[in-house]
Amino acid sequence: MTKKQKKMLTRILAAALMLVVLKLIPAAGFSRLDGLLFPGAGRWLRLALYLVDYAVIGYDILRKAVKGIIKGRVFDENFLMAIATVGALALAIYENGDYAEAIAVMLFYQIGELFESYAVGKSRRNISQLMDIRPDYANIEQEGRLVQVDPEELAVGTVIVVQPGEKVPIDGVVTEGSSVLDTSALTGESLPREVQPGDEIISGCVNLSGLLYIRTTKAFGQSTVSKILELVENASSRKSRSEDFISRFARIYTPAVCGAALALFLLPPLVRLLFLGLDAQWGQWLYRALTFLVISCPCALVISIPLSFFAGIGGASRAGILVKGSNYLEALSKTRCVVFDKTGTLTEGVFAVEGIHHSSMENEKLIEYAALAESASSHPISRSLQRAYGKEIDRSRVTDIREISGQGVTALVDGSRVAAGNDKLMRCLGIDFVPCRSVGTIIHVAIDGAYAGHIVISDLIKAHAKAAISALKENGVEQTVMLTGDASAVAEHVAQKLGIDRVYSQLLPADKVEQVEQLLAERKGRGNLAFVGDGVNDAPVLSRADIGIAMGALGSDAAIEAADIVLMDDDPLKIAKAIKISRKCLRIVYENIVFAIGIKLICLALGALGLANMWLAIFADVGVMVIAVLNAIRCLFVDKL
Amino acid sequence: MKKTYKIEVDCANCANLMEQAARKTPGVREATVNYMALKMTVEFEEGQEPKTVMAQVLKNCKKVEDDCEIFF
Repeated sequence: MTKKQKKMLTRILAAALMLVVLKLIPAAGFSRLDGLLFPGAGRWLRLALYLVDYAVIGYDILRKAVKGIIKGRVFDENFLMAIATVGALALAIYENGDYAEAIAVMLFYQIGELFESYAVGKSRRNISQLMDIRPDYANIEQEGRLVQVDPEELAVGTVIVVQPGEKVPIDGVVTEGSSVLDTSALTGESLPREVQPGDEIISGCVNLSGLLYIRTTKAFGQSTVSKILELVENASSRKSRSEDFISRFARIYTPAVCGAALALFLLPPLVRLLFLGLDAQWGQWLYRALTFLVISCPCALVISIPLSFFAGIGGASRAGILVKGSNYLEALSKTRCVVFDKTGTLTEGVFAVEGIHHSSMENEKLIEYAALAESASSHPISRSLQRAYGKEIDRSRVTDIREISGQGVTALVDGSRVAAGNDKLMRCLGIDFVPCRSVGTIIHVAIDGAYAGHIVISDLIKAHAKAAISALKENGVEQTVMLTGDASAVAEHVAQKLGIDRVYSQLLPADKVEQVEQLLAERKGRGNLAFVGDGVNDAPVLSRADIGIAMGALGSDAAIEAADIVLMDDDPLKIAKAIKISRKCLRIVYENIVFAIGIKLICLALGALGLANMWLAIFADVGVMVIAVLNAIRCLFVDKL
Repeated sequence: MKKTYKIEVDCANCANLMEQAARKTPGVREATVNYMALKMTVEFEEGQEPKTVMAQVLKNCKKVEDDCEIFF
């Protein structure tokens, strides 16, 4: 508890105690004073004591209300509470009746406020702790001793030491030592990862067993851990439509209720007086109007909606799903169509050479030519060729490399013109080629314009890919689509295996954007479209789709930038999990909206009819708020989804 | 230019009011208050000095919610 909250608690306890004591002495007890002093003395003393109690619990509210009026800002909750309680007190003075009601209203209101600030503060700290992956220091070796320094001060390339049990503060490469890392804070994955010298290592992991020496490759500010923290901390600044709705609603609601209260106070008595010829009953209608005002405070709504989103985002991040804003969580819950990029998303993106056909030379020689021609590219296919070649690539043998997007490359290798690429490239160059019947990615190779055979490369489907697709279907996704630059045979093969509805193959990166736009137009008005990519080269598509989801984004800055939702590990099952989390969160948000507005409207109606007293009104205000806040906290629990 | 400031405010509705007040301040293009993180993100208009604009933002916020604070 903060100092402010402690002070409030003392005030509440003192006021409550005083109220109980005063309640125990009946008004008649005071009137005995009349005989001793002067007529009315008892009544005045009783009033004075109640007023002191009222001041103890409510002085700050009254002060704020007065300040608000001076500054020309009426209709805030302080004003409502001040008017309602002062009004109730005035009624009680007039009738020498029950002062306790006004004080109790104020008391419960303050208890509600205290609870709100305590609960929100507590959940804020809890959620922040969940996301607390910020390393406080880095160790460097100086003269044989370990010295702790601020990670922000370290230059790129410094060697840092991470002891068992410590967090890795900065991204880098292991130079010495081997260990296992706990990546669960980043990915939600509980299986530890082994690292050896030469392995890249990302900040935020916890070193579990051995001493590690790490050469940093990034500054602290550019490291994964800083990027993630920045993202998570800024997440709830992007507001969802529900949040906007609530703040707009609150803006209209309070003045409207005040107007209604005024009408309730004035109209029925006037009608009774002027048209029905009855007694006006001003007191009774004033009481109803004041009850109205107490019910009207919009706090339960205004607090519970952002809290739900905040908790939902916090819970998701614990599961290794980073959501960049409440608006994306909301959009995700309405997902009806999921479009996948194939490579790296549904498949491992690790290719292996499966066969070499129709080769006019030795197989090794063909691979050597292809690997050299593709040596400048970092595409997974090129890397698999380089791996299959198995030797160090001598870049000086290759000149004049031309990459032709979506087709392949041409280059001068040892003085001969080598072309390596797909069917399109061969057609483009006017070379006769032998089409391949195998399923996989086909790299045709031509040397000096003559066909030299082709290499079949295939990709492994991820272990969870099939389960992921069916999980999506179970969760209300109507359509799954796969986009790929690969040949249609490969694409169809993969799609059939996984149970994907539609496939578009042989797409250039630009075609993917066009295809997604077409799908968006086609599905207009039928829910949102999410695009899932590995974030390496689909940034434009990620930003074009309703929701862009980047997978396996650990350490890839581009993906974190472009996507709306980032899955920290490679597991496609997390997509369905993210959707489930978003649905749960939105369900709670709607529950809270309906519950809070519903109860308030019912209480308002009861209040207008004279069936609700101030006690019910206080429940409508504070009780609803407490329940809504507790409900909002449920968003945090996502483990079982 | 976009900057994020730490703020202190007691209730969610007050945070909403602060957001509106900040948006209406001259020199501010867009402002969002994040009550849960207790942060205010302000996007300034071209050529505005953040310090002077923020002083005005704080003044306007104080007008709507006495009990608030912005650290800049």
